[in-house]
Amino acid sequence: MNYIFFFLIGISIIAGAVNNKLGDITSAIVSGCDIAVKIAFSLIGIMAFWLGIMRIAEKSGLITHISKLIYPLIKPLFSDIKKDSPAIGDITMSISANALGLTNAATPIGLKVMKELQEDNKEKDVATDSMCMFLGMNTAGFQLIPATVIAVLAGLGCNNPTKIIIPTLIVTTLAFITAIITAIILKKVWKIGGAE
Amino acid sequence: MFEKISLAILPVLILLILTFGIVKKVPVYEEFVEGAKDGFKVSISVIPYLVALIVAISMFRASGALDWLGSLFGFVLERFSIPTDIIPIMFTRSLSGSATLGLFSELAATNGANSFVTFLAAIMVGSSETTFYVLSVYFGSVGIKKFRYAILTGIIADITGIVLAILAAKLFFPASI
Repeated sequence: MNYIFFFLIGISIIAGAVNNKLGDITSAIVSGCDIAVKIAFSLIGIMAFWLGIMRIAEKSGLITHISKLIYPLIKPLFSDIKKDSPAIGDITMSISANALGLTNAATPIGLKVMKELQEDNKEKDVATDSMCMFLGMNTAGFQLIPATVIAVLAGLGCNNPTKIIIPTLIVTTLAFITAIITAIILKKVWKIGGAE
Repeated sequence: MFEKISLAILPVLILLILTFGIVKKVPVYEEFVEGAKDGFKVSISVIPYLVALIVAISMFRASGALDWLGSLFGFVLERFSIPTDIIPIMFTRSLSGSATLGLFSELAATNGANSFVTFLAAIMVGSSETTFYVLSVYFGSVGIKKFRYAILTGIIADITGIVLAILAAKLFFPASI
């Protein structure tokens, strides 16, 4: 991450100087900070709402029921999760929310998963294998119906926007599987204590 | 049809969770408030990570460096007769969701909603997730600074997604080229 951060900013300033856009870069810094805080603030309400709902689901035992059903399926992928951890049920809920395109619900549940995984983490600033697997699944963006894209196409007069559903589903499924396989392989070569 | 189902999912899910809670004699109001308290803490704790990432990405986009990358990839894409209009979306889709959607709407409006490049872009956008945003927010919320192989996993999945989107578009929409 250190190198990516340095690379992005370093290249930007060099490219900005060559393209005579250093003024644009300065205003991008200001507006970037602004956007970051706005995103965080806009998260507060929806985060509070879903964490509240999820707490009810947890206290009523609903999450435990889901965990027991799903446990055998995802156990091999998340080898360092304990059997009674609520993380398993929440991982299932998070991936389902993502698959259904419920971004507003997916982020709070996903962050709850991270908190639960962090509780079993020995080195608090280093990602665990389960975290890498979970985020790999998340960043692959598995989604059943790309609702927003269909809406844009329909709005612009596409005669049959739903025909992108099948090809998109194939691509997103394969990318999701690729992420899982990649995480399994990298887990073996990238032991804790190695390079960042 | 799909729209109706997806609109109904959230309200039905909320009703289910609440009903299950009441049946199991959970004090739903108290527990809701207790859980909601964390929302504030978590949202505020991601700010430093978001600032670092979004500023770096905003600078990168403002500098014109994206155009350099674009011209670099232009040669490769032209060889496979893929419209180079797709390039900005290829790079932005891992970085920013709102920017990607903006680029997509613009591309679909300029090229027509029934063109090959629009379908290609639709598949790319529909199958993507903003990798770098997810990584910084999720890791940031628990204070993880060493991401280990999470970045590489995300990037490999993204590249696979881009290549597969091109293949799928060629396979499903050959007539639109």
